[in-house]
Amino acid sequence: MPAPKRFAIRRKRICKFCAEKITYIDYKDGKLLSHFIPERGKILPRRISGVCSTHQRQLSEAIKRARHLAILPFVAD
Amino acid sequence: MRTYEVVFVAAPTLSNEELEAFINHTQTVVEGKNGKVIKVDNWGKKSLAYKIKRYRDGYYVVLTLEGDGAMIAELERRFRVTDHVMRFISVRIDEDMKRSEKLKVMRQRKSASKPQPAASRPEINVNAEAHPPTEP
Repeated sequence: MPAPKRFAIRRKRICKFCAEKITYIDYKDGKLLSHFIPERGKILPRRISGVCSTHQRQLSEAIKRARHLAILPFVAD
Repeated sequence: MRTYEVVFVAAPTLSNEELEAFINHTQTVVEGKNGKVIKVDNWGKKSLAYKIKRYRDGYYVVLTLEGDGAMIAELERRFRVTDHVMRFISVRIDEDMKRSEKLKVMRQRKSASKPQPAASRPEINVNAEAHPPTEP
């Protein structure tokens, strides 16, 4: 990777799941999923989290399943 | 044969023996439909993220099963008529697992043949500088 000459204000966006080579996002893992739900309980958009589109899709499905099982809240405040 | 993962949440009013009995009963239902129970994972009592039927916690049980659609249909029907099952979900996992395995093999092959596959595949290149995503 070539070193960046100018320092960008924005941090380089890296998908957490790609970096950690997670190929299946488990809906039962509330601890992992809770990183992607802010206080209000909504799903964190990927423009903020930097998750790639493939993983964001899997993630949102996993979060919805977890909500159904009351592992994650629908709304929280 | 398909592999399913069935999770159900049982009411906290159940005693441990009643829960055991219900799990055993579920297993006989599965076997009665020519299915196979691969794994039973009892998480025990866990607090719920929100109240269900005025309960704050519930017993979580994860079953890994092998069988066909008819088995799942029967299982779900039984869950629906059982009062102490508050929530359940059945997910087919064999295809996801196959995909996951395939990706793992592909990744291994790629890293073995060419460790730096240039900028065309940024996804595989990121492992050198893994930042966690920005937390809000």
